Amino acid sequence: MTASSAVQVPDQIFVILKHWLVMHSPALLRPAVSVLVTVIPIIIIFPALFAVTTVLERKELARIQNRYGPNRVGPFGILQPIADAVKSLTKEDIVPRAADRVVHFAAPLVLVGASFLAYSVLPMGRNMAAVDLDAGLLFFFAIGAIPELAVFMAGWSSRNKYSMLGAMRAIAQMISYEVPLILSSIAVVMAAGTLSLVSIVEKQARYSWILPHWYVLTPWGFAGFLLFMVAAAAEVNRSPFDLPEGESEIIGGYFTEYSGFKFALFFLAEYLEMFAVSGLGITLFLGGWSAPFSFLTWVPSWIWFFAKLVALICGFIWVRGTVPRLRMDQLMNLAWKLMLPMSLVVILAAGLWRFLPGGPFPGSPFPRSMIRWVVCAFLVAVPYVLLARLLAGGKGIARRVYRYAE
Amino acid sequence: MLGEGIIQGLAETARNFFGSFVEKDRLTTVQFPEERRELAEATRQYPFLLYDGADPEAGLRCVACQICEKECPPRCIYIEKSKDKKPDFIGKPQFYPAVFDIDVSVCMSCQICVEVCPFDAIRMDNEFELSTTDRFGGLLWPIATLAKPNEYYQSIHPTEAAETDERRAKELAEAQAKAAAKAATSVAQTPGAGE
Amino acid sequence: MNVETIDKIDDLELAKPAPAPAPSGIPSRSGIMDISMGPHHPSTHGVFRMDVQLEGERVVRLKPVLGYLHRNHEKIAENCNYLGSIPYTDRLDYLCSMTNNWAYALAVEKLAGTQVPDRAEYIRVIVGELTRLQNHAGVVGFLTQDMGAMGTPLMYAFREREKVLDLFEALSGARMMCNYMRFGGVRVDCSDEWLRATRQVISAFPRFLDEFEQLITGNEILMARTQGVGVLSRELAINAGATGVMLRATGVNYDIRKVDSYGVYGRFNFRVPLGEHGDVYDRYMLRVLEMRESLKILEQAIDGIPRGPIMDPKTKLRGLRPKPGEAYARIESPKGELGFYLISDGTPNPYRYRVRPPSFIHLTVLEDMCLGRNIADVVVTLGSIDIVMGEVDR
Repeated sequence: MTASSAVQVPDQIFVILKHWLVMHSPALLRPAVSVLVTVIPIIIIFPALFAVTTVLERKELARIQNRYGPNRVGPFGILQPIADAVKSLTKEDIVPRAADRVVHFAAPLVLVGASFLAYSVLPMGRNMAAVDLDAGLLFFFAIGAIPELAVFMAGWSSRNKYSMLGAMRAIAQMISYEVPLILSSIAVVMAAGTLSLVSIVEKQARYSWILPHWYVLTPWGFAGFLLFMVAAAAEVNRSPFDLPEGESEIIGGYFTEYSGFKFALFFLAEYLEMFAVSGLGITLFLGGWSAPFSFLTWVPSWIWFFAKLVALICGFIWVRGTVPRLRMDQLMNLAWKLMLPMSLVVILAAGLWRFLPGGPFPGSPFPRSMIRWVVCAFLVAVPYVLLARLLAGGKGIARRVYRYAE
Repeated sequence: MLGEGIIQGLAETARNFFGSFVEKDRLTTVQFPEERRELAEATRQYPFLLYDGADPEAGLRCVACQICEKECPPRCIYIEKSKDKKPDFIGKPQFYPAVFDIDVSVCMSCQICVEVCPFDAIRMDNEFELSTTDRFGGLLWPIATLAKPNEYYQSIHPTEAAETDERRAKELAEAQAKAAAKAATSVAQTPGAGE
Repeated sequence: MNVETIDKIDDLELAKPAPAPAPSGIPSRSGIMDISMGPHHPSTHGVFRMDVQLEGERVVRLKPVLGYLHRNHEKIAENCNYLGSIPYTDRLDYLCSMTNNWAYALAVEKLAGTQVPDRAEYIRVIVGELTRLQNHAGVVGFLTQDMGAMGTPLMYAFREREKVLDLFEALSGARMMCNYMRFGGVRVDCSDEWLRATRQVISAFPRFLDEFEQLITGNEILMARTQGVGVLSRELAINAGATGVMLRATGVNYDIRKVDSYGVYGRFNFRVPLGEHGDVYDRYMLRVLEMRESLKILEQAIDGIPRGPIMDPKTKLRGLRPKPGEAYARIESPKGELGFYLISDGTPNPYRYRVRPPSFIHLTVLEDMCLGRNIADVVVTLGSIDIVMGEVDR
């Protein structure tokens, strides 16, 4: 084997396996086998990642709070998800008598189904996107609107005023944060010139010296990445944006009336959405499956994708353990008054980046290539500072100095 | 208001995260019941009765004066005096409790019974793993459950026990000296004895 | 007795329950939602109910409903003698048992005319300030927990609080229900070893406070959620009888340790921080600053504690019969002004025993602080008042 194919085999192992399975099945069944072999690993891997994440989250939060996490079930508590699964499966499934049974039953299913659909366009490795659509990004955002509907179905069908209120808040939050989410990805689309997620990753998988062409390593990309991740946290109702499910009248919000396995399905859907939107963030800004340094490309691409995914998950958990919750009106103000203008500024900066002199990242003659760095960085930073000061000053929120009595 | 407060908070949390693996005083969990914390010497839980020597009945210090019963704020002690008397550690005949019940489900561990007892008969134990399946009988302790030897008291509260033992030894010595002096004078007064 | 046989349950008049009245007691209008933030609640610091009427998200009316933890404390005290009431005072504000004992001991000492030796006074100051430390640590932790910080600042605060509770256990035998003060002094003397351990705990405390401030005080989300929320005006605070941190957050300089100088507080050098806006952020920051001042007092007290007896030699333990009369004694407990009013009629039991609970009085202005705000602010405001239901309901 040549050196390049020695690197290629572990990288393309799943593609090779799928090809082998399809070739060795009867000709009539080949399309079905091809579809199944693509879909079933996704259905297995991401819920397995969900199970690992529940333990990881509890252990990480625990270590942040200076205590052990769960460590009784299995070594270091690894088998805790099994205990949780048994618990949720054996709990009584209570449906309120006044509830709309069909919609009540369908809501978690729609939610989980839509969350799975979003994985079909994410490129998880070289040649490893389930479906290579030309408008993959558009498909992802279209599918991302379905959970909002499912949340409303859950809240409405429970016929409970607290669930209704929680569902209203959740929808308002999700719709408001769609805007900065989409706008910050528009900047990437402009820079890459395509809506296809596979091509966006391929454009970022090039190297200059040892550094990759990831969009997060540009000023507008960094700001865009931050905006994207904050909006993503709000989309999936993750702390600090978990008011709809946290303390809104102390009850559970839109999943108040769910118990047992349906409750577990809601959590599964929330985490699956978190993985999907993190996967999109990795694809758009962090270079998808490409390695961070050119000398590390021998590591298989799917390992890089999942490593970055786990890193982002740890980041979400870290923020959850640190920051208190935002109130509803503060949440909305943040989306419309800070993040929307900032995403427009990011789009402007992305456009300027493309047309300012500098050539390919980081560019040829040293002083000239710095021009677009400096201009774009200023263009992103100055409005942020001004806007943040303006919004805070309007409410009178500032640090205070306390005096002592005489 | 630029978010630097949140960044500082994140840095703080990260420091605690990594510190919990490295520094001992960050991860302060004691994993009960495999590990146990050392209890302070003064820890108190529920009372118990003391006896000297090996026989719980003969050596029981309690003389059924019922002071603890009167002073107990939630009235959890129930005492019935005996009809006869038995000698105490000095030799003086005293009553003893025929029935001494403490209702541990009522007792609030305030230690007032210990403070007011003039005979060093009741002290505070430090055992707390006392669950029982019998809600009423299991938590009403008679003398048989309550009586524990002085050696046990010395093992759980060494300083207090040493102090009490010293005081009682002094009292015993004084009583013996007085008895010896009285015996000497009575011997001296009896004519013809010892000459 | 005429026993009727009941053939069908519908025949009973009781079969159909009366329509439930609106929980707040006033009839609902359309557009108004009645919520009972009921006694079973993760954020109400004990069994406490609030009947809230909401218009959308805004609070239109809020009625606190108390009494779920009423335990007849004052009546029991009339049937116990003075010594026997001390363990019951532990359970009033169950987080701060030492200061409760101290207030009660002061009241009885006033009645009976007992003197307290110097060493006992110093020990009282030391444990009182330690109580203040652990109470404020718990309160700021709980406040951040109510705001949704997933328990991280709470765990840090409780780590420090555990150290103080270990000190209490080493001194008095119990972590929370200490039963430590006696009339004329304290029950048990503290050893030099204990003072050394206290000094160690105090020297580690500023590091925790610095970490805590770094984590929380500059946090923009916390500032946005607490500044301007739960505002109590100065006039209302004075009129309602608010004391302690609630009053000082509005800018009134009233700290009973300075005003009365009870015990030996007059010998110590400490400052009293004052707030300005009277909102939740001010109260939270004042508690953090007060913790720092307590550390100063503790260092001075441990440095200056004299040798000597710990009990007034003239007081009897049992059979205390103060002369007929009345006395009111108050201290600056961590929650506010805790007062005990005793009327003695010459018998071993008091004729009247009354506790002035600061948390109860602060709850009377809860509605004024929450009107017109969001429902999410109610929880935060309640957390900042620092109530303990044991004290509110007695």
